[in-house]
Amino acid sequence: MERTPFAITLDPNTSLANHTGNWRTIKPIYVDRLPPCNHACPAGENIQAWLYHAEEGAYEEAWQQLMQDNPMPAIHGRVCYHPCESACNRGHIDEAVSIHAVERFLGDQAIAQGWRVACAPRTGKNVLVIGAGPGGLSTAYHLARMGHQVTIHEAGPQAGGMMRYGIPKYRLPREIVDAEVARIQSMGVTIRLNSRVDDLEATMAEGRFDAAFLALGAHLARRVEIPGVDAKRVLDAVRFLRDMEGAARPKLGRRVAIYGGGNTAIDVARSVERLGMEPVIIIYRRDLGHAPAFASEITEAQDEGVQFQWLRRIAQGDESTLTVEEMALDEQGKPQPTGRFERIEADSVILALGQRADTGFLRRVSGLRVREDGTIEVDGTMMTGRPGIFAGGDMVPGEQSVTVATGQGKKAARHIDAYLRGSAYVKPEAHEPATFSRLNTWYYTDADASKQPLLNLVRRRSSFDEIVGGLDADTALLEARRCLSCGNCFNCDNCYAVCPDSAVIKLGPGKRYAINYDYCKGCGLCAEECPCGAIDMVREVK
Amino acid sequence: MDEAMTTERIKFYQTGTFTAGNRLLDEATRTVQSRLDRTNSLNSGHRACQGCGEALGARYALDAAMRASHNQLIAVNATGCLEVFSSPYPESAWQIPWMHSLFGNAPAVASGIAAALRAKRRDDVTVIAQGGDGATVDIGFGCLSGMFERNDDVLYLCYDNEAYMNTGIQRSGATPPFARTNTTQAVGEHPGNPIGNGKNVPRIALAHGIPYVATASVADLHDLERKVTKAIGVRGARYIHVHVPCPLGWGSDPAHTMKVARLAVESGLFPLFEAEFGKIICSTPIRRKVPVERYLELQTRFKHLFGPPQDTEALAAIQAMADDNIAVYGLME
Repeated sequence: MERTPFAITLDPNTSLANHTGNWRTIKPIYVDRLPPCNHACPAGENIQAWLYHAEEGAYEEAWQQLMQDNPMPAIHGRVCYHPCESACNRGHIDEAVSIHAVERFLGDQAIAQGWRVACAPRTGKNVLVIGAGPGGLSTAYHLARMGHQVTIHEAGPQAGGMMRYGIPKYRLPREIVDAEVARIQSMGVTIRLNSRVDDLEATMAEGRFDAAFLALGAHLARRVEIPGVDAKRVLDAVRFLRDMEGAARPKLGRRVAIYGGGNTAIDVARSVERLGMEPVIIIYRRDLGHAPAFASEITEAQDEGVQFQWLRRIAQGDESTLTVEEMALDEQGKPQPTGRFERIEADSVILALGQRADTGFLRRVSGLRVREDGTIEVDGTMMTGRPGIFAGGDMVPGEQSVTVATGQGKKAARHIDAYLRGSAYVKPEAHEPATFSRLNTWYYTDADASKQPLLNLVRRRSSFDEIVGGLDADTALLEARRCLSCGNCFNCDNCYAVCPDSAVIKLGPGKRYAINYDYCKGCGLCAEECPCGAIDMVREVK
Repeated sequence: MDEAMTTERIKFYQTGTFTAGNRLLDEATRTVQSRLDRTNSLNSGHRACQGCGEALGARYALDAAMRASHNQLIAVNATGCLEVFSSPYPESAWQIPWMHSLFGNAPAVASGIAAALRAKRRDDVTVIAQGGDGATVDIGFGCLSGMFERNDDVLYLCYDNEAYMNTGIQRSGATPPFARTNTTQAVGEHPGNPIGNGKNVPRIALAHGIPYVATASVADLHDLERKVTKAIGVRGARYIHVHVPCPLGWGSDPAHTMKVARLAVESGLFPLFEAEFGKIICSTPIRRKVPVERYLELQTRFKHLFGPPQDTEALAAIQAMADDNIAVYGLME
């Protein structure tokens, strides 16, 4: 035995011999949670992941991540009504992260820089897509990335669907649509314009298609008769907005009334305003609080001079006036007539009362179930009653928007791909939600949302120039950095620093951390001080 | 990340400067505690309680000191929790040259080591003395004052957990008014520690006119590391008083150590300031001011103030202390 000094009987040792981990009754574990933005996105974007790249100024990586789920970021950054931002936890602190503005910035960068995505090797499978709107384009894009050959048949003269024929230019400049469509075409997707499909089975047989995706949209306007008004002076919103795309402007009278309270009514009113006609009046049977249009759209329209007649029903009309009846809302919020009438001056009426799909020709296809309202029934895989034929977008029941259609396009593409391979697509299980209460907001710097520049009112009322400007690179970077990274570790080193027992192991830059359970006493400081709620304390099972 | 962005000093919104690290910042501007190669001066396996603020404060301060002194450092420890939990015979959690003598003589031992180094013409070694509030404000106070008045080349670190915790939570000269300890029970007409007793050692250190005095908190890692680093660069007697919550003695949740320390700062009860040669030169402003109740209610040592009936007079007196600090140290600029 080695000699030890006087009165010393034990050799010196390190505290590492003392495994304090056995004191523990609860233990920390790292978790990943589903951020509210991702959860709310109809296109299923991993928003937090692309913001993470954007925070470092790695815009192309951010864009590539975005393109995993959405082939048209420049369009969505402009027209999506961004439910992600309504869900954003930062809204509880100051203001939601302006996700759409960063998305638009990335989309515009991609167009300017000519960024491209990679496609898988060809599979030799052939898919028919009907309709070059957001749903059809999205499906085509995803299938092309998976290596399938896609041909889109589009009835109209140009691709884009409602993005071109439904959304006014001042919200979505057409060169943006052209650029994002062109990128999808450059991946090998063929788009046949002016090519209406009347016999689905014949078209499929002729083109030797292995599967089909139907995304015809909803182009038939709902109409009402207005007694006393010449049908020639009554237009519908679909027709009006489509005609706005043509060379000749639609023929309107001097004073135009729009009937309806949805976003389409607002789009029409603001377009009419820009044609130099005023005042433009929107007549709606319910009140502001019950209008389906987004509040921001209504406000912008009001700013531009559009007038609103809430709680009015058009009863009848003549050459130059409309007789409207005042309505009152009952307890269910339904408008009821009051018997009080008034006259307003208007010589044209544009109906914006909703649209339906023109799917009559599909009734002949065996297995397809067409509902009363023209929509096609699909199952959880977006497949219709006929195997191999899928459908999505405005022609299937449910919420209708560009982003919903884009999301359904992705979903359908995954199931079509599985169908073509003879397997089934299994959606990965979603993480638990990353709620606001799990955040430790102390660690986030105060920072208000960046504001996008707005075109001045005079220009807005007299031109179809885009009214909302984009963020510049600096602002987009700051905006991306406002992300709280809810529920997912962003390598802030807090857990590593706050452990009194040095029991958190840093695995290296960007590689996150691990717990050394030999020494972790289970105090819970790491979980408490984690800014984003990525650590759970769970009961120790011995 | 391209170069323009790192040199431009853009605000780092996501992590600000509040988290320990930040993947968006370059290595040099992150905390020592966020570094892969930090020394872990106080290693794993020590026997401090769960969520010990003192273990944390000591590692924060000594790792920063090690880095600032290029690992040329000797530490002297007074008796107390820190000494007991880190060095049960024959084990040691220390990964630095470390020495323990008595409860009351750490400043004197450190002064001696500094003198020995001077005799050996070693000016590259930093001497640190450290102890809890008992060793500092009570038992070793005479030695400490002597070290100050001779301006010995020692950095003294006091980890203040506001009572004698190691021996069983007895009141010290740093115990705050109204706090329950085992020697100031929450009974009688004036429960808890009597108001008006105790002493403010940072201010006493200041009165010695020594080159550097600072207060720091485990809740503000960036501030703490900056002060330690600055102190290492100064010669002569230096004093840093670090506020370190004690879950056991304060009756707070071990997971709340940071939170409690943070609320002490944010309420104004523990002001963070720096002084040079007897003059206060700056203070750390409060970021989100909170009433003192937010701090007190997390600790059972103040439970008796919340009743029933609530001791509004005591709470008002504590709030007045906080408000006074805010005014004196300019914490709300």
